[in-house]
Amino acid sequence: MSATIISSPHGARANRVDLIMLQVLLALVPGVAAMTWLFGWGVLINVALASLVAVAAEAAVLKLRGRAAGPAIRDLSAFVTAVLFAIAVPPTLPWWLTVLGVLFAIVIVKQLYGGLGYNPFNPAMAGYVFLLISYPVAMTSWLPPQMLAEHALGLVDSARLIFVGAPPVGLPWDAVTMATPLDAMRQALDEGQTIAEIRQSPLWGEVGGRGWEWVAFWFFVGGLALLWRRIITWHIPVAMLAGLLVMAGLFWWVDPQTHPSPAFHLLSGGAVLGAFFIATDPVTACTTRRGQLIFGAAIGALVFVIRTWGGYPDAIAFAVLLMNIAAPTIEQLTQPRVFGHGRSNG
Amino acid sequence: MSPVSLLHYRRPRRRLWRFNGGIHVPDEKALSNGRTIAEAPLPRHLILPLQQHIGAIARPCVAVGERVLRGQVIAEPSGYVSAPIHASSSGTVVAIEERPVPHPSGLAGPCIVIETDGEDAEVAPLPSLIDYRHIDRAKVLERIRACGIVGLGGASFPTGVKLNPGPDHPIETLIINAAECEPYITCDDLLMRTRAETVIEGVRIIQHLLGAKECLIGVEDNKPEAIAALRAALADSDLTATEVVAIPTLYPSGGERQLIRILTGKEVPTSGIPALIGVVCQNVSTTAAVADAVLDGRPLTSRLVTVTGRAIAEPRNCEVRIGTPAADLIAHCGGYAGEVRKLVCGGPMMGFKLESDQVPITKGTNCLLALTPAEAPDPGPALACIRCGRCAEVCPTNLLPQQMYWHARAKDLDKVQDYNLFDCIECGCCAHVCPSHIPLVQYYRFAKAASWAREKEKRQAEHARLRHAAKQERLEREQREKQAKLREKAAAVKGDGAGGGDAAAKQAAIAAARARAAAKQAASRAPDAPRSAQDAAQHSAQHSAQDAAQGRPPDSPPDCAPTPPREAATKAGAGAAAHTVTED
Repeated sequence: MSATIISSPHGARANRVDLIMLQVLLALVPGVAAMTWLFGWGVLINVALASLVAVAAEAAVLKLRGRAAGPAIRDLSAFVTAVLFAIAVPPTLPWWLTVLGVLFAIVIVKQLYGGLGYNPFNPAMAGYVFLLISYPVAMTSWLPPQMLAEHALGLVDSARLIFVGAPPVGLPWDAVTMATPLDAMRQALDEGQTIAEIRQSPLWGEVGGRGWEWVAFWFFVGGLALLWRRIITWHIPVAMLAGLLVMAGLFWWVDPQTHPSPAFHLLSGGAVLGAFFIATDPVTACTTRRGQLIFGAAIGALVFVIRTWGGYPDAIAFAVLLMNIAAPTIEQLTQPRVFGHGRSNG
Repeated sequence: MSPVSLLHYRRPRRRLWRFNGGIHVPDEKALSNGRTIAEAPLPRHLILPLQQHIGAIARPCVAVGERVLRGQVIAEPSGYVSAPIHASSSGTVVAIEERPVPHPSGLAGPCIVIETDGEDAEVAPLPSLIDYRHIDRAKVLERIRACGIVGLGGASFPTGVKLNPGPDHPIETLIINAAECEPYITCDDLLMRTRAETVIEGVRIIQHLLGAKECLIGVEDNKPEAIAALRAALADSDLTATEVVAIPTLYPSGGERQLIRILTGKEVPTSGIPALIGVVCQNVSTTAAVADAVLDGRPLTSRLVTVTGRAIAEPRNCEVRIGTPAADLIAHCGGYAGEVRKLVCGGPMMGFKLESDQVPITKGTNCLLALTPAEAPDPGPALACIRCGRCAEVCPTNLLPQQMYWHARAKDLDKVQDYNLFDCIECGCCAHVCPSHIPLVQYYRFAKAASWAREKEKRQAEHARLRHAAKQERLEREQREKQAKLREKAAAVKGDGAGGGDAAAKQAAIAAARARAAAKQAASRAPDAPRSAQDAAQHSAQHSAQDAAQGRPPDSPPDCAPTPPREAATKAGAGAAAHTVTED
C-alpha cells in the first residue's frame, strides 16, 4: 500500500485505532473488577458472551457487505461496544437478551450505518435502550451488592441464572434480585417518603447506593487513566458531571427532602461510567471544544431531568442518544475561529 | 530599545505567543549536526534547472558548446517575479534539455547541463556594495536580484521581490526565520553556528532595505549553539533593536504565519501576505546569501544541504554547488546504508518523495533524507475516521481536518471550502496524529487542485456564455440592418418611380450606416481579443497539467504556459493523487 501514499508526512504515525481501543478496554478493567466483586460472576459471563456475539456479528455483517472482516475486528471497537453494553445490563440478564441487544447494537446501529466511524448513535447505548424499552422487567432486576446479599451466587449459580433462567435451588426470584439504588430511591420518593426516611434503609452507603459508590470510584480511576493517556480530553466528562451536579444541586438546595443530594446522583448510577466512557465515544460526540462542553453539559442536565421526572430509573443511555442526535448541529454551530480570520490583531 | 551592553547584562524575557496545536516529534537533529560542514566535490556534470524559483521561468542566455565560468549568468529572469541562474562552476554547456528535476510530480523540466572542467574559474565578481546605506535602495535590490537570491527555506520566492513590499506597506518588524522546525534538517543550524557574523550582516542590510523598526530572529530552543553564536555575533555588532529569540521547540513553529504569531502575537490575515500587518519574514540562510551578494558581490552558486536519515552512512551537512546530482552528494556522505524505504527532498513532515537520486540540488533543496523502513514504516491501509478530533487538536491553523476530510472524500468542494480548506498549510500534523492513518494532506491537496480546476472551468463557461450572447446580438443586428437596407432600396425604387430622387443623399445615408456598423463591430470585438489570448493560454496550461497527470512531459515549452510548471504540476500531481486516495 505504501506505493499509493505519495504525500507527506513520511515518518511513523503517532497513533493507532486499535491501541486507543485497547487502552479504553484496559481502563475499564478496575470498574469491571469492582462490579464482579460486588455482583458476582454474572458480570464476567455477560462480558464474555457479549464480546463473542459482537465479534461474530461484526464478522458476519462484514462478510455480507463484501468487506474484509479482519481489520474491523482487529480495531477492537466491537469489544469496547460489547463490554460497555455488558456492564450496563443487569448481571442476571437472560443470555438471549444479551445476544439480542448486542446484535442490535452491532448489526443495526453500527454496521448498517457503515461500520466504525459512521454510526450516528452510540451502539452500546442504543442496544441497551432497545432492550430496556422491550423488556423493562428483565432490564431492571439487578442483584444486590455482595454485602447486602443473603445468598451469594457462585459461578454455577450465576451461569444457571443467565443461561437457564433458574434461581439457585430453593430460592424464589425475588430473594435473589433487587432494584438498583436509583430505582429504589425513585420508588420510595413516589410513595411519598422523605430522603431522611429513605436513607434509613441498609441499601445506602455513605452517599450513594451501598457498594455502587465503589463501582463509580473505580470507573473514575479508569477515566483518569484515559485522561492521562490523552485518549479523551476533560471537556465532555467535566461538562457532563458539572451539568448533572449543577441541576441536582439546585433542586437539592431548594428541597433536600424530596431531592437526593448531588453526590447521590454522581455515585449511584452510571454517571461516572457514562461521563468517561460512554459520552466520550468520539464517533457519536462533538469534536469541537465548545461543542463538547455543550454536548457534555446537556447530557448531564438531561440525566437529571430523566432520572427525576422520566419514566426510567437511570438515564445515561437516553441522554446520550438524545445528544447524539444533536451533536452534528452543535458542531456546526461551534466551529473554532480559524487562524487569520476575523478578530483584530495584536 | 536598550543598548547592546544592557542586553548582555540582563536580557528581559520577551513575551511569546502561541498558535493552536502543533506536535512534538523526535527532532533527529543529532544525526547530522555533530559533523562539520563538508565541501561537496565538484561533480562531472552540473544540472541547472531553469525553474528554481517561484515565478516566471528563467530564459537561457548561453548556447550549447559555450564555455562558462563560475558566477556567470547562464539564464536570465523573464519577468518581475523571476530569478537568474548562474553557472556554479566553470566548464562547457553540453546540453539545454529536459532532465528530471526535484518536484513532487517527478516530472522533467528544462535544464542547462554544464560539463565541469575542474578549474572552477570564476568571473570577475561584482563590486562590493559595502556602503549600501548610502546607495540607492533600488540598486541594492537589483544586486540581490542579479545574484539570483531566492528564499532558501524551501519556498524559493525571489528575495528581491519580497524585500520590496512597496510604499503602501510600511514594515515595522523584520522576522528572521531560523526556527528550522522540521525534524532531521540542520543546515540552518550549522550555518548559524559557523557564519553568525554573515547572518547579522544580512540582517543589517535587509533591515535597512525595509526600513524595519525592529528585527526578531526566531530560533527553536533545540539549537543552543546557534542561539549562542548569533547572540555573540549580535553583541559584537552595532545593531540595535535586534534580538535573538529562543522559541519553544514545537512543529510547525517555522511556518511563516506561525512564527509571526509566536513572535508578535499578530495573525497574518487569511490569503494575505505578512506585509499587510507590517511584517516581512526571511529565512536565515537567505539572509546570509543576501549579505554575500551585497557585500561580496557573490551570486548564489552553492548552498548548505543536510544529507541525513538512517539510510545514509555518514549523515552531515555539505556546502553543495547548485546543480550537483543528489546521487553524487549522497556518495560523498558515504552512500546509502542498508535498505532505503524513501528518498525525500526536504523534511519528513512536508518534503516530497524523490523517484530517483539523479535529480540535481536546486536553490530550494535544504535536505536530502534517506529513510529506512523503520523510520518510514508503511502506515498500512487507512481505516475509517473515528472522529477522535486529534487532528483538530494539533492543527496550527485551527481548522477541523476531520470535517474537511469528510467533505473532500465526498468531493463536495463547496463544503470543504466552507471549512476553510485554503487556509491549510499542509504541515502534516493532522496526518501524523491520525490513528486511522488517513493520508489527510493528500485529500486536501486533491480538494485544492479540484477547486482550482473548477474555478477555471467556471471562468471558461462564463466567457463562453458572454461570447455566445455577443454573437447572438451581432446576428440580430445584422438581420435588422439587412432589413433596413431592403426597405431603403424599396423606398428608393419607389422614389425613382415617383420622378427622380436625391442619389447623393442616399449614398451618404448608406455610408453612414456602414460606418456605424463597422464601429459597433470593432467595439464588440475589442474586449474579445485579449480574452481569447488568455483563453488559449489557459487552455495550454490546463493541457500541460493534464499531461502531467498522465505522467507525460508537457508537449509545449514551459515558457509558453502562463502557469508556472510548478503550480501546474502540483495540480497535476494532486490530480493523480486523487486517483489513488479515492479508491475505496
